[in-house]
Amino acid sequence: MNKLPVTLTVNGREYNLKVDGNERLLDTLRQRLGLTGTKEGCGVGECGACSVILDGNLVNSCMVLTGQCTGARVETVEGLGTAAKLHPLQQAFIDYNAVQCGFCTPGMLMAAKALLDKNPHPSEAEIRQGLSGVLCRCTGYKQIVDAVNAAAGEEG
Amino acid sequence: MDTVNKPARRVDALGKVLGESKYGADLKFDGMLYGKVLYTPYSHARILSIDTRSAAKLPGVEAVLTAADVPGLHTFGTVVPNQQVLAKEVVRYLGDGVAIVAATSPALAEKALALIKVEYKELATIFDPEEALAEGAPVLHDDSPGNIAAHHVLEKGEVEKGFAASDIILEREYKTQLVEHAYIEPEAAVVVPDPGRKGITVYGSIQNPFSCRKALSRMLGLKLNEVRVIQSFMGGSFGGKDEVMSAQCARAAMLALKTGRPVKMVNTREESLREGYKRHPYKLKYKVGVTREGKLMAMKIYIIADAGAYTAQTPFVTWRSVVQATGPYEVPHVRTDVYGAHTNNCYTSAFRGFGSPQIIFAQESLMDELAGELGMEPLELRRLNGYHQGSVTATGQTLDSHQVSLSEVVDKAVERSDYLRKFKEYANQKGRFRKGIGLACSFRGCSLGAEGVDATGAMVSVQYDGSVYVFAGLAENGQGLQTIFSQIAAEELGINVERVRFMETDTANIPDGGPTVASRSTIMGGNAVRIAAAKVRETLLGAVLGKLKASTEELAWGKDRIWVKEDPSRSISFEDAINEACSQGELLTELGWYKAPKVSWDDSHGQGNAYFTYVYGCQIAEVEVDTETGYTRVLKITAAHDVGRAINPETVRGQIYGGVAQGLGYALLEEVQQHEGEIKSKNFDEYLIPGIKDMPEIEAIIVENPDSYGPYGAKTIGEPTLEMTAPAIASAVAQATGRRVRQLPLDLERVLLGRSLQQDRYKRREGGC
Ligand code: FES
Ligand code: FES
Repeated sequence: MNKLPVTLTVNGREYNLKVDGNERLLDTLRQRLGLTGTKEGCGVGECGACSVILDGNLVNSCMVLTGQCTGARVETVEGLGTAAKLHPLQQAFIDYNAVQCGFCTPGMLMAAKALLDKNPHPSEAEIRQGLSGVLCRCTGYKQIVDAVNAAAGEEG
Repeated sequence: MDTVNKPARRVDALGKVLGESKYGADLKFDGMLYGKVLYTPYSHARILSIDTRSAAKLPGVEAVLTAADVPGLHTFGTVVPNQQVLAKEVVRYLGDGVAIVAATSPALAEKALALIKVEYKELATIFDPEEALAEGAPVLHDDSPGNIAAHHVLEKGEVEKGFAASDIILEREYKTQLVEHAYIEPEAAVVVPDPGRKGITVYGSIQNPFSCRKALSRMLGLKLNEVRVIQSFMGGSFGGKDEVMSAQCARAAMLALKTGRPVKMVNTREESLREGYKRHPYKLKYKVGVTREGKLMAMKIYIIADAGAYTAQTPFVTWRSVVQATGPYEVPHVRTDVYGAHTNNCYTSAFRGFGSPQIIFAQESLMDELAGELGMEPLELRRLNGYHQGSVTATGQTLDSHQVSLSEVVDKAVERSDYLRKFKEYANQKGRFRKGIGLACSFRGCSLGAEGVDATGAMVSVQYDGSVYVFAGLAENGQGLQTIFSQIAAEELGINVERVRFMETDTANIPDGGPTVASRSTIMGGNAVRIAAAKVRETLLGAVLGKLKASTEELAWGKDRIWVKEDPSRSISFEDAINEACSQGELLTELGWYKAPKVSWDDSHGQGNAYFTYVYGCQIAEVEVDTETGYTRVLKITAAHDVGRAINPETVRGQIYGGVAQGLGYALLEEVQQHEGEIKSKNFDEYLIPGIKDMPEIEAIIVENPDSYGPYGAKTIGEPTLEMTAPAIASAVAQATGRRVRQLPLDLERVLLGRSLQQDRYKRREGGC
């Protein structure tokens, strides 16, 4: 198969890759770059576990072909914060017990970041709308909404 | 108490928010191969031949195996070992695997599957559980004549006498659906052959590492100490990652042993839905007799559960149903029969609730219907018959060794939801949008009960720098067990919880403590941790007696110190106490083992003390129904649960919110469409679970009546949270529309028309349009 050359930036770092035409951004992140924080739950764009931010917009990385990402800026959960300096959303997810099994957490965090980047003070309805592409089977969402709300307040 | 009964941050949250925690699919090993399974295209067929030669020749394919290659026995199962790791002679449902491949990439493995040629001879199929029990039905397993996977009887008093003494008799039939766990993480495992010695190490999303180890040892012909199972982070389980994981791990292990290389297997969502077991659909017939005053006199219950192709945990699931089928109500005369029937459908097994969501939907709907017949308020009927201190259950157990808090949870939920006022207000509505409010309550036996041996262990090991390890036989499934156990260890040792590190469950490090099921973690495992930590503390206290010039009884501990009660200035830090103990050669590692209090069971009549303690809960749902479309919007759920004692109130609330969400899905959205054994709901676009915008306000009310058996009085919370939501919603919808829907889920069509059009659709499609 013909390999496509792709240059893209992930979490601020530039990568020059040669990928198959059918390689999904999700596989590039997980397999090639070892960024396994982004999860796969369905592979068909329904669960949002694979959510990342692509050029400022939230996308399901299972539905994006890496070959089309040349010049793109990708943000994943690994770029959000570090143990020493957590992103306010990460801190709020811990403080508000918004994490149970944690499998949806990276997707939720990226959805929340995409939301707050555009709308720093969302209403509860806007938070729910912003996170509506990510499914969680454990939490019933309440503590996640509380966490995002708190993080938004903090960023002031 | 310093740590227990207080909110504590989850000890596993940091790695999860950083995206660093490793789940099964995230693991990578040198030389790792990828495994895939070939499924049968027939629901019931005899395998005539399997030709793997062309698949095996494909470059990059390292092994192609079938049932003939299973090193040990090819079946497994907790109760009856009739589930096959790979089908040997006969396939019994569309999720049966017939061959497996290991290749250098998943795509190559898929390619190889397509080259395997299998010849089948189709056998007669059976998909309706009722028909499966009838005479002449095709039999799935030779050792289960009549397709009976389970049958439990309960007989109390004389049910016909009870009906004779009744003024009103009501007969109703209810149905519940096939439901998927829908953990967001599909099944994943990696098996690594042990270098330089016989044996394997197994990683993955394994709910019950010890059950998995046992199954693997049996199927691989390895000793228990040659199979080491280490749990990875679990992306949800809810009862769903047991048998299906044993099968996946055994297949990966076969391939790993054959090739001498690590083998990873990860299911796609489609494979997960096809192969993974689900919650039993039930058909429930209730006949109830009551006096004019509303006193329950008799109940006759007949239930058939669809067990699907394999036994799995059906006998246990249906056992809980038989114990709890009459609900938290005093009924002098009861006869209950619960059957599990084998069919060629997807098999069914454990799922949060474990045989309770089905019966509670039926029995709580029934109570409301009965109240209607009597012209009574549903709440009044429940108050009149509900369990109180000293009540005798249908199994003949006297409820006197714990606080029977049914009326307390009901009162609290009623008050906080403003139930009484709203119930009256919504009684007569006109117009398109109508509101309704409904109430459901339950009692639930804690832990395994008379289902099986109930004991578990934990190890607490204090290091000489003051850090602490906790090892436990029960496993974190996302519910917060690590945090709860860490809090308990910290409380007993009188230290900050930050000192505690919880080690992932590893079958090589701790004795088999049974499965992480039945909401038994806190009450059983919590006790084991408490015992272990208390033993270490006693050693520490003993070691500092000389220094503090006091006897053990005179000492107190907490906040990283030990001191003399009468004279707190005479104190010693946790670290110094450890130094003292170490210099005296004392052991600061202890194993705690907790055996559940005695229970009893007489199988022939279904009588006995089924569980050593119970929890009570009440949920109230408020809905608004669009009477033109049938669309039901849940406005609020009020959930009051007696948990004994909340070790961590925040994780208890998290359990309630999450359980209610699953209960709401069960009520309104979720149904695995299965037609002639084929799962038609293949992914999350066709199997809908509640999203963030579906969730209403949830008010969680934690009620605490410390239990004499639980650690610090703590009991159970995981499962009760979802078991009452659906009946509460169903009754609310019935109030709003004036029509009772007796079948789950309450989708648009059922709410609007009283029946579903789904099955008609399949018939039409087959008819050619
Ligand atoms: S894995 Fe991409 S949306 Fe589910
Ligand atoms: S925390 Fe488990 S799926 Fe969201």
